[in-house]
Amino acid sequence: MILPLSSPQCAEGLEDLKDLLYDKYEIDAYGFLEARGGLRLQEDPYEKSTSIGEMRLQTDLSRDFERVELKIKFDLLGDTVLEEVDLDLRDLNLSFSPMDFMDLKVGRQVLTWGTGDLLFVADSFPKDWVSFFIGRDTEYLKAPSDAARVSLFFDLFNLDLVYIPKFNGSVYIDGSRLSYWNPLLGRIAGRDFIFHDRKPDDFGTDSEYALRLTKNIEGTELALYGYYGFWQTPEGVDPLTPVLIYPELSILSASIRDALFGGIGHLELGYYDSRDDDSGGNPNIRNSEFRFLVGFERELSQDFTGGIQYYLEYMQDYEEYEANLPQGMNKKDEYRHVLTLRLTKLQMNQNLTLSFFTYYSPSDADGYLRPNLNYKINDEWTAEMGGNIFFGSDDHTFFGQFRKNTNAYASLRYSF
Amino acid sequence: MKSVKIATTVMIFFILGLSSHAEESPSVDEIIDRANRAAYYSGDDGRSTVKMTITDPQGRSREREFNILRHDVSDGGAQHFYVYFKKPSDVRKMAFLVHKHIDRDDDRWLYLPALDLVKRIAASDKRTSFVGSHFFYEDVSGRGVAEDSHEIVEVTDTRFVIKNVPKDPGSVEFASYTVWIDKNTYMPMKAEYVDKSGNKYREVEALEVLEIQGFPTVTKSRVRDLADGGETVSEFTEIEYNIGLDEQIFTERYLRRPPREAR
Repeated sequence: MILPLSSPQCAEGLEDLKDLLYDKYEIDAYGFLEARGGLRLQEDPYEKSTSIGEMRLQTDLSRDFERVELKIKFDLLGDTVLEEVDLDLRDLNLSFSPMDFMDLKVGRQVLTWGTGDLLFVADSFPKDWVSFFIGRDTEYLKAPSDAARVSLFFDLFNLDLVYIPKFNGSVYIDGSRLSYWNPLLGRIAGRDFIFHDRKPDDFGTDSEYALRLTKNIEGTELALYGYYGFWQTPEGVDPLTPVLIYPELSILSASIRDALFGGIGHLELGYYDSRDDDSGGNPNIRNSEFRFLVGFERELSQDFTGGIQYYLEYMQDYEEYEANLPQGMNKKDEYRHVLTLRLTKLQMNQNLTLSFFTYYSPSDADGYLRPNLNYKINDEWTAEMGGNIFFGSDDHTFFGQFRKNTNAYASLRYSF
Repeated sequence: MKSVKIATTVMIFFILGLSSHAEESPSVDEIIDRANRAAYYSGDDGRSTVKMTITDPQGRSREREFNILRHDVSDGGAQHFYVYFKKPSDVRKMAFLVHKHIDRDDDRWLYLPALDLVKRIAASDKRTSFVGSHFFYEDVSGRGVAEDSHEIVEVTDTRFVIKNVPKDPGSVEFASYTVWIDKNTYMPMKAEYVDKSGNKYREVEALEVLEIQGFPTVTKSRVRDLADGGETVSEFTEIEYNIGLDEQIFTERYLRRPPREAR
């Protein structure tokens, strides 16, 4: 289905269309068409054997008005696993500078900050964990927000303010395409028990606020962050219904990043205040916690980069948690340690990228491997293959619960 | 025209009190310093559109197109570069920021618009490929003149020929390189790199030099990998100097929102 695009007539036609859009309307048009398929590498009694099967057309349009830039990016997606066709609007925003020292971006947009590599402390913005685990492009780990972002630039510091009038939330593992540990059933579940959630969804009331203060001193990047809103994943359950809920959350965090020993070092600290469970005694709501992240990345040899990170979650009020945990529920650890390793090798004039990212938690005795091979066949075509390999000794730990979802995928993309 | 230039050169030498005889060669450090300024420091700032054609040993070619902005913090010293990618479409709208330092490693940031991610990049090895081309980072932003010891090996009618030996041989892939510098403009016209076993394996060449706003400017250059036969040709257009770039452009703010001058 993707192959007819390779015919020169079709490629030429697309180029003509792009030129026409630009010449007539000054619209910059780009995008790609991609086919992506993947399989579970073992039987999963609760899920299909196909982990991913989709055709995706991304269209990226932008127009530069005199002082304002309009950006629209959307994906048309045919998904054979969920058996649906979906329109995924990723960007619909206006950017402008109302004043010399101010940038404004309003509308649907992807938001990211913080220093972690696939680990997050300060970044409270929505993620799409399903896309990440089934082997979509890393672009899709970040889910968009409907937000207004104001950036202010002063001599002393820079300040970013983000207002999200209605809570967005992350895409989490609900059982519809990935099996997971279900604490109510006390076993792994999947399509036989798809969790439902109740999102805070009052426009203007269930809002999120985030801010960041940054200062770059001779290459040393310092930042302070604040967030006031909700847990992005449903870290609570209403035991009566039982429906997943999004408890209130505030985050205060700080980071530093700098050149170090010929590489880049970063450190991030955060306090997650789970405001609906101040005492830590409510077993149905995640406790407050401290998070700590430190990492280092550098070139090991030419076109070969290595990075390591250490990440810690420390649960506050652990005694309260222990005392109130219902009989038969699996107990989480007070400290959750995670180590990551990234290795990236570029070859063949950087057209072939071999990368390997690993999460390993010594406290949970589980982990997650992400091998990936990406080859740019030419300026238009890219082929990719990789895997999402979960392991662990228990069914209820963070990565261990996804063992039966271990999958391999491949894709072919035509960019225009 | 040529006689005017020679007269200017003579006058500069006279003012600097170095020599009043045009045929007498300036010192090697003087040549290297002037060549460095001619190649990388024209004006206080500048912009250019670069089209790179990368050809692999099998003859397959790929294209890169980007706009590059430069701002000199001090003449012959620290500089800022901003690179905004236009082609191919998978890197389009990515922005790359370099703070070049003389006394320590450069600072580099890459902005990935799809993730809204400002990624800081380790910059210890400057002799790695720039965007998959045969050009190294160092070819784009300049190699620190103090990193090599220099020696004049020949002075021809038109060129100073200078051999450069790295002070820290372990940090680079070459044993030495020889540069042919135009005696008139001080523009490095050709560089040949020799590896540790004495083989010439890499060649960087200015294919076309034009005068733009009074500055001799390389408008076409080529790097050849003599070992495998691959090469990259860069063509520079829409070149401008002294455009009064705001220093603020070279900060995270403009990675997220590319400045008009780079678009």
